[in-house]
Amino acid sequence: MSYGDKTAVDGLSLAVDRGSITAVLGPNGAGKTTTLETCEGYRRPHSGRVRVLGLDPIADRRRLLPRIGVMLQGQGAWSGVRAMEMLRHIARLHAHPLDVDMLSDRLGLDECGRTPYRRLSGGQQQRLGLAMALVGRPEIVFVDEPTAGMDPAARRTTWELLREMRADGVTVVLTTHYLEEAEQLADRVHIIDHGRLIASGSPLELTRGGTAATIRLVVTRPFPPGAPDSLRIALGDATEVTQLDERSLLVIGPADSTTLARVSHWCEEQGVLPESLTLGRRSLEDVFLELTGRELQP
Amino acid sequence: MTGTFTPMPGGAALHRQVLAQASMEARLMLRNGEQLLLAVVIPVIVLVGAVKGGQHLDLSPSVLDGRPLVDLFTPGVLALAIMSTSFTSLAIATGFERRYGVIKRLGASPLPRLGLLAGKVLALVLVELVQLFVIGGVGQLLGWTPEPGAVGFLLAVVLGTAAFAALGLLVAGTLRAEATLAAANLIYLLLLAGGAVVLPASAYGGFGSFAEWLPSGALGEAVRTAFLDGAVAWRDLGVLLGWAVLGSALTARTFTWE
Repeated sequence: MSYGDKTAVDGLSLAVDRGSITAVLGPNGAGKTTTLETCEGYRRPHSGRVRVLGLDPIADRRRLLPRIGVMLQGQGAWSGVRAMEMLRHIARLHAHPLDVDMLSDRLGLDECGRTPYRRLSGGQQQRLGLAMALVGRPEIVFVDEPTAGMDPAARRTTWELLREMRADGVTVVLTTHYLEEAEQLADRVHIIDHGRLIASGSPLELTRGGTAATIRLVVTRPFPPGAPDSLRIALGDATEVTQLDERSLLVIGPADSTTLARVSHWCEEQGVLPESLTLGRRSLEDVFLELTGRELQP
Repeated sequence: MTGTFTPMPGGAALHRQVLAQASMEARLMLRNGEQLLLAVVIPVIVLVGAVKGGQHLDLSPSVLDGRPLVDLFTPGVLALAIMSTSFTSLAIATGFERRYGVIKRLGASPLPRLGLLAGKVLALVLVELVQLFVIGGVGQLLGWTPEPGAVGFLLAVVLGTAAFAALGLLVAGTLRAEATLAAANLIYLLLLAGGAVVLPASAYGGFGSFAEWLPSGALGEAVRTAFLDGAVAWRDLGVLLGWAVLGSALTARTFTWE
């Protein structure tokens, strides 16, 4: 997918399982929206093949559209339309819509049901956009940055709703640049950057499984020279050791009791006294940082 | 196992979708202050002003053959109302729908493009009905006695709406929303003043023979012929058909929904 000579999405290959939540994660401008809009039939890929529910989003668009729900990034409603009026309108275009009152209740839209769209807050517009994507009882929903601009409470409600949809057999594909959102919700995470897929897997796989972990070691006095290398040798090949500053080291590897015993034995050998030893699971943030060399969020 | 969200996808029957779209658009149009001004308030002011002003000036155009001025101006103002709705209102509304992503959003709904177009046309007809009742009612209060020209009027409404809607979409499809707003209002004012819509083409002297070929002039003449003579103005309907075909062809080549 290119615009002029800038390629937005390039050689991206990913598959989504039915009844799962898939998160497409990446920084702004990574090609998340382009990827979604190609699945929704808004954009024609310059090369490659896209199938949604076995259908071509462009050629079979009319057959596909009733089966998918789409939440666009912002806008998508008349400026003078009232929130519930808009939701009811979209519901009427479908054969078996959800009960709009239930949906507005679940998403807290009743507080602004009679408010014109242009006067809704960003979070309210987001919630209405989500409601419009769900109301037709789709098989797949594509939600673009569903919780951007939402307050923490609305974000939790949205996560609940998306989990419940998964439990009811709906496939959810979402884009996000919130790592926590991907970690909390997704069965599979695809990390893209500069239009390329750079990693895929469950949040656990991406953070190297259940045993994958970090140990942050802080000592009372500066380490002697060559400390990271000697610790790596002491721990074996399965670990990576990075010096964070003169008194702290980050160990990435299995945080089991053997490793801990070796770390404390190494401290004794080096004549350093641990001040703190913190165990942590490697977060998606760490993964992202390693893969792209930059932070996802400023 | 069925839960709240268990998929049960599908579009509503097409005619239901079109009806939903039409009633939504008509409601939005009648609720919007500027659109209402254009659809009802300005035509009524023009009608009352022309009739009262003409009476004070003792005007009695020869085309009227001694009949009251309101018989001339009510058909003209009805033509103006059709033009304002199907051209100006449609162009502005569509321009902003593109801007606000409404059309993109609806593009992801089960409503097909043709259904959206049908919904828009039906909404125009609904608004035109409201206009007919208001303007016709005010005309009656001023003493309007139309000739029975239902066939000629109906054909004028259909072809006039088609011609102006095609031109309105042409403007909305080629310009930005703000430019559409400006252009649609400007063209409306120019046609109101010089397009032989409220005043008959004969009132424009030599320019009148040109104005007859404008969609505004043709629509005005067609509605006047219907209600002044109870006849069908085939020539003017032909002109409107020509504009409808030309406008549709250009719109089909240039219009993109998003």
